[in-house]
Amino acid sequence: MEKSPQELYEEREKRFMDAVQLKVPDRVPIIPCLDFFPAIYAGITFEEAMYDYDKAYMAWKKTALDLDADMYWNSYISYPGKGLEVLGYNLLKWPGKGLKADRMYQFVEGEYMKASEYDEFLADPTDFMIRTYYPRVCSAMAGLQKLPPIHGGYWQGIFGLVGSFGDPEVQESLKALMEAGNIFAKWFEFLGDFNKELEALGYPNALGAATYAPYDIIGDTFRGTRGVMLDMYKNPEKLLAAVDMVTPWALEAGINGAKASGNPRVWIWLHKGCDGFMNDEQFKTFYWPGLKKVIMGLIEADLVPYVYIEGDYTCRLETIADVPKGKVVYHFEQVDIYKAKEILGGVACISGNVPNALLCTGTPEEVKEYCKKLIDVLGKDGGYIMDSSACIDEARPENLKAMIDFTKEYGVYS
Amino acid sequence: MQEKLKELIADLKEEEALELVKEMLSNGTDPMDVLETCRTAVEVVGKRFEEGKYFIPDLLMSGEIMENISNIVKPHISADTEEKKRGKVLIGTVEGDIHDIGKNIVTFMLEVNGFDVLDIGVDVPPEVFVEKIKEFQPQVVGLSGLLTLAFDSMKNTIEALENSGLRDKVKIMIGGSPTDEQVAKYVGADAHGKDANAAVELSRQWTEGN
Repeated sequence: MEKSPQELYEEREKRFMDAVQLKVPDRVPIIPCLDFFPAIYAGITFEEAMYDYDKAYMAWKKTALDLDADMYWNSYISYPGKGLEVLGYNLLKWPGKGLKADRMYQFVEGEYMKASEYDEFLADPTDFMIRTYYPRVCSAMAGLQKLPPIHGGYWQGIFGLVGSFGDPEVQESLKALMEAGNIFAKWFEFLGDFNKELEALGYPNALGAATYAPYDIIGDTFRGTRGVMLDMYKNPEKLLAAVDMVTPWALEAGINGAKASGNPRVWIWLHKGCDGFMNDEQFKTFYWPGLKKVIMGLIEADLVPYVYIEGDYTCRLETIADVPKGKVVYHFEQVDIYKAKEILGGVACISGNVPNALLCTGTPEEVKEYCKKLIDVLGKDGGYIMDSSACIDEARPENLKAMIDFTKEYGVYS
Repeated sequence: MQEKLKELIADLKEEEALELVKEMLSNGTDPMDVLETCRTAVEVVGKRFEEGKYFIPDLLMSGEIMENISNIVKPHISADTEEKKRGKVLIGTVEGDIHDIGKNIVTFMLEVNGFDVLDIGVDVPPEVFVEKIKEFQPQVVGLSGLLTLAFDSMKNTIEALENSGLRDKVKIMIGGSPTDEQVAKYVGADAHGKDANAAVELSRQWTEGN
């Protein structure tokens, strides 16, 4: 008898949780993480994916159903272009704003907080965010620079604080925030509708919530790669204090996001701790302690830290093995898979590692061969989730399909 | 004092190195000798990077120290002197991709190893590669990209070089996280460099006899 969507849904969730808990599931779960692949696959431009929700809905749904993997990705990762425009969001260039229609949006690095501003940030982070950081990151919020210190609204101070909201530039920013607010609220509603439909069809959502490693919060969006790397030499105490300060923020984002979605998978997007980006001592000083606190906090909240690791992480394996057994997923882009299994096997579930270049330029036969090796090595006795190395934009559809279908066939545990 | 300075820079001790440079200049040391010491110190940094003892932050930090020393030394120098370079490399991130960390590291390592490098930036369209290659006349061209979408830009760039008759005049290497040998073949490059050291090695091979 054919299984109902509800049964399929539960079966897929169990398959995932078995892999996480290092039990042997019925077969290797397959959860391909997607960027803009659905747009390419369904024949819409990236610009359309960011601006036309109906087209995005169609593209992402068609992809999820055609791929028929264990979990789906919605178009969250494509972001609402109009909302970014109204905000004047400076952290990205995207198709329709600085890039051609068929290009993936890209991150614009900068020193959005200068080294000389650490003290201000550490002393009153929320005030710094509202009056200095947001105006830099979002052009539309530039007016907020004209506000007096936000903490000054006690007793008669409230008159001056409120009075500053009469400033035309402040009001411009508030209007823009209301407009962007409507756009983002609608966008979340659209994603919610999509999730409901896909879940009713029997597919769980791969992404429950997202957060970052504390060091990356400072490095990615405040100080930039160069800034944060130099801080390790020139301002180590301040950098550490900032990392400590944002650690509870990172945990809070994961827990609140998962509560809102009712989905335990909290993806932690790692960027700047990979091999080559710092030495081992720096990793153990600046990177891992904060990340570990986030991982442990999520576990305590009964959530699953889904640690998505960019770059090579072979040198970090021993350090990141220091987590409770059967609670964490480590998703690797590049790693020595034999060492990964040897060090993390019996500790954490491993995912990823099918090269995106192979999916782009290889043949289905080559993809199957690679997946076979992954299942034989990483999937031995469970503890592996099949996935690409990095979220997928371009890939030959037949290659992606081969990765999925082959896993369903060859990845069965008997 | 030259040895001491070399050591301080190689060990990334910025404040002490800057102090020493000031002291040396006020004692009448030839500013060109200071710069020469810096060059040998950066060679040590490059070597430690090749050996896996130093990583990207160390390269950036040594660059930062060099820049600050140059700022102190420059007012003391009358004219620039030419030095013999090992060969010319033109490097850029291909169209549609604005990632630059990897490209910058390769540029740094090539310069440390005596190459004359022209870095033409990020999101560089094929026609700009063609134009700059005509002007600069490098022996080696490096195409960088961190996105899988960059593969087709690399391909288009190399096609543009073919169409303008430049393809046979240069060796082309590609690099960036998602690239590999198979991608090099796909885009029509001569080789793939897995990291900055590989890029230096390829450039060396291709410019030997210069």
